[in-house]
Amino acid sequence: MSEAPNPDTVLQLDSVRLSYDLRAGEANVVRGLDLTLRRGEALGLVGESGSGKSTIAYALVRYLGPHGRIAGGRILFEGRDIAAMSEAELRQIRGRRIAMVYQEPISSLNPVMTVGRQLTEVPRVHEALSVAAARGRAEAMLADVNFADPAAIMARYPHQLSGGQQQRIVIAMALISKPALLIMDEPTTGLDVTVEAAVLELVRQLVRRHNTALLFISHNLATVAGLCDRIAVLYGGEIVEEGPIRQVFANPRHPYTHGLLDSLPRLARNKHDMPLRSIEGHAPSLLARPKGCGFAPRCRHAETPRCTAAEVASTAVPGESEHRVRCVKAVELAPWRPLATAGAHDRAPHARVTLLSTEALAKQYVPAGGVFGRRGATVHALGGIDLVVNRGQTLAIVGESGCGKSTFARVVSGLDTASAGRVMLDGDEIAMLPVERRSAGIKRKLQMVFQNPESTLNPSHTVGHTIARAVRCLKGLSPRAARREAERLLEMVQLLPEILARKPAQLSGGQKQRVAIARALAGDPDVVVADEPVSSLDVSVQAAIINLLSELQAERDESLIFISHDLAMVRYLADHVAVMYLGRLAEFGPVDALFTPPYHPYTEALLSAVPQPDPDQRRARIILEGSLPSTSVTPKGCPFASRCPRKVGAVCEETPPPMQHGPGGHRIACHIPLPDLLRLQAAGPPTGTVFPPLAGSA
Amino acid sequence: MTRFFLKHLLFLGLTLVVVSFLVFVLTELTPGDVARKYLGAYATQEQVDLLTRQMRLDRPVTVRYVEYVGKMLSGDLGDSTRFRVPVKDIIFDRLVNTALLAFVSFLLIVPLSIALGVAAGMREGSMLDRGIVLGSAILASIPEFALGVFLATIFVVTLGWLPGTAMLQAGGGWSIAAQMVLPVAVIVLFDTGYVVSMVRASMVEVMRRPYIRTAILKGMSFRQVVVGHALRNAMINPVTVILLQINYLVTGVVVVESVFAYPGFGRMMLEASLYKDIALIEAGALVAVFIAVITQILGDVGYMLLDPRIRT
Amino acid sequence: MSKMAFDNMSEVAPPSGEQALRAAIGGLDVRGIAPARFGASPMTLTGLGIVLFWIVVALLAPLIAPYPPNATDALAVAHPTPSAAHWLGTDHLGRDILSRVLWGARRVLTVAPVAVLAAAIAGTLLGLCAGYYRGVIDFVVSRIADILLSFPVIILYMIVLAMFGSSALNIILVIAVTKAPIIGRIVRGLTLELRERDYVAAAKMRGETPLHIMLVEILPNARGPLIVDMCLRMGYTTITIGVLGFLGIGLPPPDPDWGGMVKDTYGLMSVWPHMSVIPCAAISSMVVGFNLLAIGLREDTGP
Repeated sequence: MSEAPNPDTVLQLDSVRLSYDLRAGEANVVRGLDLTLRRGEALGLVGESGSGKSTIAYALVRYLGPHGRIAGGRILFEGRDIAAMSEAELRQIRGRRIAMVYQEPISSLNPVMTVGRQLTEVPRVHEALSVAAARGRAEAMLADVNFADPAAIMARYPHQLSGGQQQRIVIAMALISKPALLIMDEPTTGLDVTVEAAVLELVRQLVRRHNTALLFISHNLATVAGLCDRIAVLYGGEIVEEGPIRQVFANPRHPYTHGLLDSLPRLARNKHDMPLRSIEGHAPSLLARPKGCGFAPRCRHAETPRCTAAEVASTAVPGESEHRVRCVKAVELAPWRPLATAGAHDRAPHARVTLLSTEALAKQYVPAGGVFGRRGATVHALGGIDLVVNRGQTLAIVGESGCGKSTFARVVSGLDTASAGRVMLDGDEIAMLPVERRSAGIKRKLQMVFQNPESTLNPSHTVGHTIARAVRCLKGLSPRAARREAERLLEMVQLLPEILARKPAQLSGGQKQRVAIARALAGDPDVVVADEPVSSLDVSVQAAIINLLSELQAERDESLIFISHDLAMVRYLADHVAVMYLGRLAEFGPVDALFTPPYHPYTEALLSAVPQPDPDQRRARIILEGSLPSTSVTPKGCPFASRCPRKVGAVCEETPPPMQHGPGGHRIACHIPLPDLLRLQAAGPPTGTVFPPLAGSA
Repeated sequence: MTRFFLKHLLFLGLTLVVVSFLVFVLTELTPGDVARKYLGAYATQEQVDLLTRQMRLDRPVTVRYVEYVGKMLSGDLGDSTRFRVPVKDIIFDRLVNTALLAFVSFLLIVPLSIALGVAAGMREGSMLDRGIVLGSAILASIPEFALGVFLATIFVVTLGWLPGTAMLQAGGGWSIAAQMVLPVAVIVLFDTGYVVSMVRASMVEVMRRPYIRTAILKGMSFRQVVVGHALRNAMINPVTVILLQINYLVTGVVVVESVFAYPGFGRMMLEASLYKDIALIEAGALVAVFIAVITQILGDVGYMLLDPRIRT
Repeated sequence: MSKMAFDNMSEVAPPSGEQALRAAIGGLDVRGIAPARFGASPMTLTGLGIVLFWIVVALLAPLIAPYPPNATDALAVAHPTPSAAHWLGTDHLGRDILSRVLWGARRVLTVAPVAVLAAAIAGTLLGLCAGYYRGVIDFVVSRIADILLSFPVIILYMIVLAMFGSSALNIILVIAVTKAPIIGRIVRGLTLELRERDYVAAAKMRGETPLHIMLVEILPNARGPLIVDMCLRMGYTTITIGVLGFLGIGLPPPDPDWGGMVKDTYGLMSVWPHMSVIPCAAISSMVVGFNLLAIGLREDTGP
């Protein structure tokens, strides 16, 4: 659908088709895409892996590589056809009129060039500025992205900066020539949630100030909800739903959108209130696209032949002219409501049998040096951790990078040993026992599920070998019995037996994690340590895995230590939560207590930074100043003192905070007495570092 | 910085000691053999025993080694039985000759291989790249003596443009320069083949990196991207390889020297080994190892200078 | 089980060609997609062809060589150029060059693989241990390797072989000793990287012994680069054997050894170039085969 050329239209895509030449044939990654973006508008493009969203981003700058091409349709940027431009014209547009920000900032920056040089390149190449003028512009831009000392940053190399700082540099580099269109491809994936909040806020301000059009690509509906004016949901290379953000969230019409919303955990609910529902099935094959609606194979409401006979056109939702849906049954389906509880898990109170406890657990280490053999300063990874895990319950450990949660997991599982303190597992002291020296019994009782599905399974071994091996080592069964046991375990994680013969390369991310879970359960453990088990998976798959973990726990009465940075997921899954900061325990308590005031000020900041899939979120966001202090210096006082928006005074920096006790085993390490904290937090967020909700009017 | 150099100097010293000891042991394995080596195969056992006692070769190896080190440090490297001159003289002369060969070759190899490697790697899969990969693979596969034979067959036997030997004497009608053309050509062709593949591999890897994508999408021309962004990153690894070639050029070109009768260090070592010229072997081995370790240190320094991640 | 229980049973993994595409679209550098038009590239096939050719030749040498390799033909000495009786001519002693080349292939292809295999086994074991255990073991092994590597190999060969004589066993040993550190270094690098993978941690957590982890968990995943390197080593070892023969410290005469053949005849180059050119061509072609195979394999199995 093309409109009369509108001077305000920055980007217009008409029936765009993008494809790649693969050995197996032509893969139509994107088919029939229509998109319009106006000056100053922020459009969120949401899709999971395989949806084609990055391909679209690269197509806009015609960077598809030798095997990709614009197979059909037109991409018009400011009225000009991208496909028809010469190389020289394209070069003029790239970096000057269209700029891009990418996912991993450290890889996007040249490691051997100073920040200053990389920044000044853009205006020097495009606007032929002199060195001095370019430097001036660069420093001004650095100040705009909230660097306190631009001149110093100009001389640094990328590896000397933190992830958040690097991303700000990339953003500065993108905006330095005041482009008309800014494309951001998953720019905050992998960043800590508080850093993410700061970056998103920064982007919002800059984009508003310069009236730049923004195309924000993400897999996370929640992130997009907070930032964009319009949203387009991408599935299988097609936009299945798009519209103004409020309309889409208030009244989603496409079953895929429903599925995405159902699989997102919310901060306000946990597993007992509102279950997660994952989307059945698998993303479509890009080589052999089914006829008709791309989502039909996975759609609960699909009907043949209505949905599968012919291509589905996109139609406007009645009453919302800018809200369009690509679904034959859109008008017939019932309006979406958040899932209410089905009472899937009962809340039978447990006898408080403590299965695992830690006492004053501490870990320091000296990192090895580089070429010079220089040893780094001692890193204090953990200090004074007192935690308890009860049988059949889930303890979640939350924190950002550098907080020590992964170190905690490694010490508990024996991949590392503690420097001090105790860890008691069902009567056995294991803090100083590396896993190689643990008895078979202890090994059986405690197992681990790892984060990255790509490296959790040995690529040279079949699934059957991996699981059977675990069974044989932990239970000592014969090969035949182990094989049978492997089949049983596979069934338990809801995979078909034919998977046993496959190798990891033939499995999807979700399947790999299921196998990893089966492997961990091989010995019937009492405690499973799961270190960010779903962070690398698509949102809809995350829900499935989390459901699986939760069901298994209920059935087997096992304890789960769940490590995550995703507070909403933690809220959903946990019975108890521990918040860690810089290796120390900031707060610990039953999940309901932790998610209601009073909070530790760090918890408060974390909670406010979590993006929620609700454009009307009224929550104000607390942005933390500064960055994480170095782990090599044990802070004299509270580790959070340097960034705490509720700091009371010198006492915070000089004396370690006392661990205050609230009801139900709730503990907060803070100098502010709990009643005062409660009162302050009820009154509102701390002043000075607060920003209003992102979405909403201009 | 100082720690870096200290560590490397220490390693150099350690290597020299270990190697010299090993070589010493190997060559002087049994005293009887040493004496026999001096006297030749036709000496009687009595003569051998007499010489053994005379040279005090019946003392323990370690003692003799220490004595050897002492003599060496004071500048006495012994005498060469093969060439009948003090070791010092012949080693130095031969080293200079080889250094000349090495220097000229190095001057050609470095720019040639960098240019070809960069041209190949910057457009992976292009016709130029395929051609350079194939060409360098073939060149690196032809042993130096085979290259020498092929080139000599063409230029000496068939065309008669160049001399077949390079004995570095002005007589015989061929200038020194003309004599050096073929040896240098063989070395350059053989070694360039190898170095080009290293440079190319590094360039290819760098061009695949995300920051190259960033540079391209900043609107820079391909040339700007290659020269401004890729080159410095791509050179980090090859610099080490290139500096290590110095080692090969000085001590490893014995084959080329043999083919063209070039009076160099490698050929000297070959003859010393064949004639069991002990003093020369020991001294020569030390010099070779010394050069090897020095070039390694140079390689590390180069790496350090190019990669700021290591420096800071 | 709850109602949602088998909801993922219908998951069918996508064909593997797509995995790459999906990853690419997921944001990795788009230019990384490089579909091969054949199963293996032409380079791999050419290299493989050459290598197989020589292997067959070596195996069948006793059957297909027209003359015994050391038999002299007095008549041919005066006219050693290629003729109907001797397709590739004879050398200065009247020995048939074709037969000597065929038998020479046998020589090389007996010694080289054994040497490379010995180096590979030694290097792999040491590299695995150094990379896995790190610490003192790594330090010691790496330092020894450094010392070995800093020794210019030709000089080492000359010293050892001239001292101890050059039998096939000595040659194999000395080549193995000098190549093992290179392989060890590669394996060590791979091990250092692979030991950080989660599946190694998982193996530790179920109580696998370090030996099992090194051999069963880590080594199979180091296969790719190792195999490529072994092909390269075969090429370099072939060169080395040729060089040793050329320098006069190779396999003892009179059995044909390509390098030795060149050594004996290159002095006659101005009169009878074919006597040295032909064995040079033979050895070059074999090494070209190995190198093309290595390069082709590296590209086909690479990222």
